[in-house]
Amino acid sequence: MLLLSIDWIFIIEKVALILVIILASFGIAAYATWGERKVAAIMQDRIGPARAGIFGLLQPLADGGKLFFKEEIVPDRSTKTLFILGPALFMITALMTSAVIPWGPDFTISTDSGIRTVSLQVADINIGILYIFGVVSLGIYGVMLGGWSSNNKFSLLSAIRAASQSISYELAMGLSLIAVLMLTGSLSLRDIVSQQHGFWQDGYFSWNFFKQPVAFLVFLVCTFAELNRAPFDMPECESELNMGYHQEYSSMKLGLYLFAEYINMFISSAVLSTVFFGGYNFPWMDQVASAVPSGLFSLICVSVLMIKVIGFILFFMFIRWTLPRFRYDQLLNLGWKGLIPLALLNLVITGGVILFFFNK
Amino acid sequence: MQLTKRAVNVDRSPMTLGEKIYLPAIAKGLKITMGHIFKKKATVSYPEQTRPFSPVFRGLHVLNRDEQGREKCTACGLCALACPAEAITMEAAERKKGEEHLYREEKYAARYEINMLRCIFCGYCEEACPKDAVYLSETIMPSNYSRDYFIYKKEDLLITEEQMKKRAATGKG
Repeated sequence: MLLLSIDWIFIIEKVALILVIILASFGIAAYATWGERKVAAIMQDRIGPARAGIFGLLQPLADGGKLFFKEEIVPDRSTKTLFILGPALFMITALMTSAVIPWGPDFTISTDSGIRTVSLQVADINIGILYIFGVVSLGIYGVMLGGWSSNNKFSLLSAIRAASQSISYELAMGLSLIAVLMLTGSLSLRDIVSQQHGFWQDGYFSWNFFKQPVAFLVFLVCTFAELNRAPFDMPECESELNMGYHQEYSSMKLGLYLFAEYINMFISSAVLSTVFFGGYNFPWMDQVASAVPSGLFSLICVSVLMIKVIGFILFFMFIRWTLPRFRYDQLLNLGWKGLIPLALLNLVITGGVILFFFNK
Repeated sequence: MQLTKRAVNVDRSPMTLGEKIYLPAIAKGLKITMGHIFKKKATVSYPEQTRPFSPVFRGLHVLNRDEQGREKCTACGLCALACPAEAITMEAAERKKGEEHLYREEKYAARYEINMLRCIFCGYCEEACPKDAVYLSETIMPSNYSRDYFIYKKEDLLITEEQMKKRAATGKG
């Protein structure tokens, strides 16, 4: 029987993992909004949200509740289907990316039928990085559809800006990543992480950041642009476009846009830490692994990854509250004339070095 | 034509390489914002914390009593005359026998109203009063949705026990 041969526990495992990851994404995104306001406040010598709960920790709930009870307005002249599809698509693509990120090493459970290995990655597909790129490029459709279907000049302008910005920076992003992939020789995120094992390997740092600092820099800058975050938040540039592509949105549809942006930030931080900062690897992990049971070790690894992710999120916030917004021509100049040549140069140099020194 | 000597010419020379790659400027900016993490916060969490008033602060009016708890006001009308906003209305009445413990003088204010929406808190009424009967306290005008609320009657204005004690202790209302 085909039905009986299905590994039900495997499916339950994966469903549980997906649930945990999605809930964690929501939780982290919610508290990122709180964190953003706190960071902004601290940098401006204020104390930030402090009324809802202790340290204002219930603020995200209050914000979410407020958005739910707002009036839902669909503009009369808008294309209704697309108008509703926009935020939904943006949210779905934001959540889909987390599927290929390895959150921790495998751990084993001994059951009656033998030892069972549980993977902390939803899907280990061999084109993990390509999958992320594909889904991230789909995400821009959410912005495009939303901005276009609102039937508002500012929203349309903003959507066009978002699309062109996204296309420009995805090129440099891809090129910078190719240099890393030449080192790893694999597109699977699990392989990329396991190659960065520990912290020190064969007389050099094992994390990709130390092997490809230029690629990291280009990738980081492009991430800012892809996330539509300051200093590259051209699509929602208040001073020129009022609110950009979500100008006509209200209630939870607006909430989805804002929320998905924070989820994107979380996932981008996870990708950055996975590709360049060794994912869940940390110094002296072998000694720790031999000292503690495998379940606990996995937990430690997951927390290490989370610390890296939170570090990146904080970095994104610090940058946002430090730098003024770029002008649009400066943005495109930087992308096409600065980052793409730099990424290409890095690619050529990496190729040359591999060819002449490591060609075995 | 130069109006002041402070005008600075804008430097429009092309950006140097260091400026073009933006990174030094970003590092400089981050250093400034990071420095603010450890600075003292300027926020005053208002209802729990309050900032001290200046000694010349003029808040809500209070109708004063003397040491024996009698109303000082004699309804002479000088405060209403001095008021530039014409916010004060009063009606005088004669003190009856047996009311000596309530009113200090033979004439008193039966009705005394201040329209707080008209009042500009200039303090001229306090200066005009020959009997030290009206003074401006350190209480901020509370807000309200209805207009009627802002016409303060004599009962609202008369000094309370609490204010008496505070005034005796600190010399300020």
